[in-house]
Amino acid sequence: MSSAEDQVHDGLSQAEQAEIDRWLERFPDDAMGRRSAIIPALHVVQHHHGGWLPQQCMDAVAEYLELAPARVYEVATFYGMFDVKPVGRHKVNICTNISCMLRGAEDIVEHVEKKLGISLGETTADGRITLKREEECLAACTGAPMMQVDEEYYTDLTPEKIDRILDELE
Amino acid sequence: MSAEVKTQAPEMVSIEIDGQSIEAPKGASIIAVADEHGIDIPRFCYHSKLSAPANCRMCLVDVEMGGRPAPKPLPACITTVVDGMVVRTTSERALKAQRGVMEFLLINHPLDCPICDQGGECELQDLALGYGRSVSRFVERKRVVKDENLGPLIATEMTRCIHCTRCVRFLDEIAGTSELGAMFRGEHTEISTLVGNGVHSELSGNIIDLCPVGALTSRPYRFRARSWEMLSHPSIAPHDCLGSNIDLHQVRGHIKRVVPRDNEAVNECWISDRDRFSYEGVYSAERLLSPQIRENGEWHSVDWQTAIEAAANALKETVEKHGPGALGGLISPSATLEEMYLAARILRALGSDHIDTRLRRGDFRDGVNASGFPGLPVAVSALESLDAALIIGGYPRHEQPLINHRLRKAAFRGGQVMALNPRGFDWNIPLSDELVVNAAAMPAALARIAEAVAARKGVTLPADTSSWQAESVSAAEAEAVAERLLAADQGVILLGGLADAHPAGAELRYLAGVISSMLDLPCGELTNGSNAAGGWLAGAVPGRCADGAEVAGLDASAMLSEPRRGYLLLGIEPEHDLFDSAAAAKAFEQADQVIAIATHDSPMLREQADILLPMAALGETAGTFVNAEGLWQTFAGVAQPQGEARPAWRLLRVLANVLELDGFEYNAPDEIHHEIKAISHEATVANLAATQAVAPARIEGMLRVSYPAMFNVDPLSRHAASLQESEHAAPAVVVLNSSDAGELGVSDGDQVEITQAGVQRKRPVAIDDAVPAGSFWMDAGVSGSEALGALMGPASLAAAEVD
Repeated sequence: MSSAEDQVHDGLSQAEQAEIDRWLERFPDDAMGRRSAIIPALHVVQHHHGGWLPQQCMDAVAEYLELAPARVYEVATFYGMFDVKPVGRHKVNICTNISCMLRGAEDIVEHVEKKLGISLGETTADGRITLKREEECLAACTGAPMMQVDEEYYTDLTPEKIDRILDELE
Repeated sequence: MSAEVKTQAPEMVSIEIDGQSIEAPKGASIIAVADEHGIDIPRFCYHSKLSAPANCRMCLVDVEMGGRPAPKPLPACITTVVDGMVVRTTSERALKAQRGVMEFLLINHPLDCPICDQGGECELQDLALGYGRSVSRFVERKRVVKDENLGPLIATEMTRCIHCTRCVRFLDEIAGTSELGAMFRGEHTEISTLVGNGVHSELSGNIIDLCPVGALTSRPYRFRARSWEMLSHPSIAPHDCLGSNIDLHQVRGHIKRVVPRDNEAVNECWISDRDRFSYEGVYSAERLLSPQIRENGEWHSVDWQTAIEAAANALKETVEKHGPGALGGLISPSATLEEMYLAARILRALGSDHIDTRLRRGDFRDGVNASGFPGLPVAVSALESLDAALIIGGYPRHEQPLINHRLRKAAFRGGQVMALNPRGFDWNIPLSDELVVNAAAMPAALARIAEAVAARKGVTLPADTSSWQAESVSAAEAEAVAERLLAADQGVILLGGLADAHPAGAELRYLAGVISSMLDLPCGELTNGSNAAGGWLAGAVPGRCADGAEVAGLDASAMLSEPRRGYLLLGIEPEHDLFDSAAAAKAFEQADQVIAIATHDSPMLREQADILLPMAALGETAGTFVNAEGLWQTFAGVAQPQGEARPAWRLLRVLANVLELDGFEYNAPDEIHHEIKAISHEATVANLAATQAVAPARIEGMLRVSYPAMFNVDPLSRHAASLQESEHAAPAVVVLNSSDAGELGVSDGDQVEITQAGVQRKRPVAIDDAVPAGSFWMDAGVSGSEALGALMGPASLAAAEVD
């Protein structure tokens, strides 16, 4: 990726570039390899940009990886963990997949919706919390019902435990 | 990238499809082999020119290997044939799988074919008839997808989309613009740009043909006709020297749309947007509908008899008063072979040898190359297997979009495509070398390449190149190009439109010829218009009659700088279609008679012509175009000419009859065609190594560098409404290097005043360092660029006062 390093990328900070470069080392040095790096690169950029991916960030990733922007948009819109619209300061993902559902995830969702006054897929008016629509299992079935808040997992949820966790969010 | 079956020396395997024993190349997909043997497997996402992603699953077939059936049906588009394979495309299991896929596709697809523009020619509709259930088992609501505005050419109805992704793959693999993608997931999947940028590829219209449903349709054609009421006629696209094969679809003499006709040797299965949508120009409100004569400054519509007699008298009078040399003919390079031939014969019969079709040429010092017609020295289809191509002064992506596609394929196969241009362009070909120099330094750059070739090859230069001294490319750049050309088994040197319009174009042709002769590489031209080769063959160039006789005549430039008293113009709008419109305006002003045979009305014709004769346009006339490769392609007149317009060959014949000239008793254009063919002596493409030697010309000061925008190359395309709505046809902007802009004290969006050949014009500025300092770029053929001086030549710029 020496040719890419020489260029100035307005959209990406030095830190972001360095982190993406570390991922690129793990993939073959060709177009398919760079395509493989889209997911980690988007994670890096989303982490540095308030939890979501403005168009210029996706474009910057595309330019850095020498790919068409549409290839990056496809990935960013495909996966639930990427957001292409602004989100709150915290992202709350309550798993509703089968194990969690059997252990009462639907009641948990109802409780949180009522508590925050928003539905799944919405953000609180103060911009504090986005309640994400989580479509897939987060692979923590042993602790069902569970949720992911930003980059942390919380398991064996009860309404009381959730209240405590949510109230602590700034 | 491509799923084509043919390889160089394919190893053959024996397979059986539906009981038929077949020898097939190893590694080919089942569906490709089945297609070749006329066995129909249903499909939506598969297309022989695109990669196969196997995402529609419609082509599931039963496969058996060594007596063991595969555990489940396999997609025929990505399953490759191996020896002993037995395929059943219509077994119970295959049919059940195909019907299942169809049922899933119809869950969300609307069932309102009667109100869909694709109805009657829809692949989904056709296959649903064979594989669909007559009653749906689904009662759930169907999904609805918001439509996206993809621009003036393509209409969307994305609710109908079945996510075959042919459009996505076409833009990615063929057009190289990657503008569309499959956004979101599962049931929420949408084919979209996501960000609303639209689709701008020069080949974008092909996604309309590729779309198997009514999701992407032609915006200009939408709801204008039904596929079953139209008649289809083969024709030839009239805008570039490729001569794409097209079908005209008409209802009661009215062309409703243009679609590609497969011809692997010419346009494969594609056409450019210019060729697809220009038919709208036939029905433009600016069509010239009746013969008109100017009397005492007033225009009058007259009947044909009066008009032709007036034209004949005008020609005769001019000859009687001022001698036969007082006549000059400027004939569109996109006129038919027959029209060119008749126009040339009439002028020559009246005693004038001043006729030219090279209307955008900037330098005539090398005269007419007698060795052959200007064109491609290799077959169009061979371009894709070149291992080196040097393009001099050309941007085929806009000039000849499908020749560009062939070169792009060559580059993706490992070929080295190189370009030397007076500005950087937005190539979709990965160029190995892009040399951008000030237009004035282009000959010097070629001289350096010639020297590098001679040095590397250890031969003496067959020419003295030391007199080209302008600062151009570095020694390393010249050597890199020389090395690639030297290493090429199959190489070619091509001069494009910007070399044609170059004020030192003769030097470029000469030096390109010098390089090609040292390397023994073919060298040719990608010519302006659809029939530049025809101009040479028809004898519609000064210095050459159709039978090869050499005569002396004035070229397009000399006819204007040494004004004639009478002009015959055919198929042009002089404010856009000439190298130097300002010079033309002056010359026409001094002329007694300007007779214009034209498809469209234009302000400059109105102002300066004396007689206007309306001629038939695309589809309304029969004729022949000779493409760059030398292919004579004839087409018939199938549409009713608008108003009183008549095929130009016919009105030229009548004009000759009224003038009482001998040998004009033609009843049909094919008689003219055969006459030209008989005297053309199997002429072939010119050898540029035979170009006459020329010395460097002095080109100084700020240079205007222009070439017609992609959709503004001729009257027809300029009057096609939808093409003109595209951003490619935007009004002229002065594109300037940041250093020049700094010196003038202007920034993006400011106005500058251009002064060229006494014409002044204010235009907005765009700053772009793709244009070298000392020159500015401006699209020609667009609003704001008309009636200026030389396409490429000196012009001064000054910051304009804000009004």
